[in-house]
Amino acid sequence: MRVLIWAYMAAAYAFIFLPVLVLVVFSFQDGRLPVPPFQGFTLRWYGSVLGNAKLMSALGNSLLVAVVSSSLALILGFLAAHALARVRLPGSVLLRGLLIAPMTVSYLIIALGLLTVFNQTGVRLSLWTAGIGHVVINLPLCFAITYAAMGDQQRSAERAARDLGASDWQVLVHVSAPMLAPALAAAFFLSVTFSWDEFIIAFLLTRFDVTLPVEIWSMLRSGLSPATNAVGALVFLVSTALVVVLELTLFRKAKP
Amino acid sequence: MTLATRERRLGWGLMAPALAWTLAFFVLPFAAMVALSFAHMDGRSIVRGFDPGNYIRFFTDWTLFKALVNSLEITAVVTVVSLVLAYPLAAIIAFRVPARWQRLALLLAVLPFWTSYVVRSYSWLLVLGQNGVVNKALLWAGVIAEPLALSASRTATVIGFVHFFVMLLTLTIYANLIQLSPNYARAAQDLGAGRIATFWHVILPLTLPGVVTGAFLTFVLCIGDYITPQILGGNTELTLPQLIMLQLGRSGNFPLASALSVVLMAVVTLAYAASARWLRLDRL
Repeated sequence: MRVLIWAYMAAAYAFIFLPVLVLVVFSFQDGRLPVPPFQGFTLRWYGSVLGNAKLMSALGNSLLVAVVSSSLALILGFLAAHALARVRLPGSVLLRGLLIAPMTVSYLIIALGLLTVFNQTGVRLSLWTAGIGHVVINLPLCFAITYAAMGDQQRSAERAARDLGASDWQVLVHVSAPMLAPALAAAFFLSVTFSWDEFIIAFLLTRFDVTLPVEIWSMLRSGLSPATNAVGALVFLVSTALVVVLELTLFRKAKP
Repeated sequence: MTLATRERRLGWGLMAPALAWTLAFFVLPFAAMVALSFAHMDGRSIVRGFDPGNYIRFFTDWTLFKALVNSLEITAVVTVVSLVLAYPLAAIIAFRVPARWQRLALLLAVLPFWTSYVVRSYSWLLVLGQNGVVNKALLWAGVIAEPLALSASRTATVIGFVHFFVMLLTLTIYANLIQLSPNYARAAQDLGAGRIATFWHVILPLTLPGVVTGAFLTFVLCIGDYITPQILGGNTELTLPQLIMLQLGRSGNFPLASALSVVLMAVVTLAYAASARWLRLDRL
């Protein structure tokens, strides 16, 4: 029984890591195709990727869209969560449902809806329109995470601050936000990861300047290449580093 | 002005930006898309009106309807297989791995989750392709004489999906298992239940909300995904999202694409209604 259990675990990890391993190994392939046999070690694909102006500008675009759209989603979500957690508004269940709703809708449908409206109103597609879409998908996430983190202890602190003469804005900026810092940071970084990796909205709502997933997508059209492996390995490296840093700092502290 | 009115005014003020954003960029576009689904194409121009023709065409034209059937079949298989594979893994991590190693084990189990989604499907192409790792290994070992046609098939699509959702489900199921008090299992065993009976009658029912929530997420994300079937499935059969993208790209048939999206949305809503009793979306 015990052997079976560890064998299952090993098999599961092998399955989970197999594609990543193949991706990374053949990014060093000294040959034209990223498939066996392994023909020798080279770093030239990484060189060609880092020297590829289109890829690098797509990477910059992705970062820009991710940070700007996540910041906006976080601010909107935090304010709404604060309103629903603190003030008794009529129809608050309905409001909450409405704000969460985009989470249950396929990204493709959100993208197509926005594309329809942008086409009809003559809005030109750009990084901005993709960013708008990313705020739509990340707003529910930011709202839900911050809403779930607002507890009684915080309510008392806010009341105390107000009794001592703080204005609504002062309470929000100097009491609520700092107390919620771990939840706010978690919501922000999750949003950044989602936006950074999002394909279909960015694909349908951008035109000339594109984000990294869209650029990688167009690389795929020209078939298998170790250069694509190198891009993938680099993205994996960056995301992994980010996750490990988050794990070691934020989430460890957030745990009681 | 009373305190209550002031509070309420403040509440609406804080609420307004998020509400306006959701209405303008989610509700309105969705309504516009539904309206467009009742238009039709005349040559290359869109004729607006109330014409259910797109829906009639979808339900009567097998080449279109087949896409929904394909999507449902793939999604059903992916959801079941992912659950069956992920549950034991989550249970092993929660109950067998020493407490101090659990977070590391979990972090490792979902690490490839954070790689680029597009790249992940591409990686499976390298593993399953004609000259891929699996075929080369099997040929080398003498198990097969000719390379297997693994990629560009439904099997490849399913494997790519299962890989992604095993990670997602391991996370959600683990989160559920770890919250269970060990007293449940202890009580069941004190009362004479064996290991299997304890699992089947106590642990599994207690984790059912988490399992259903994970299954629902898998269903929604899987049936709406375009990338995995497009990269791994080849062109032998189309899923619903692929059909939608095809309408947008090749023929610019926005009305039909909209109608297909409304169908996709309806399927997801049905799945939600079916599982709503057990869903705990707020407790993810």
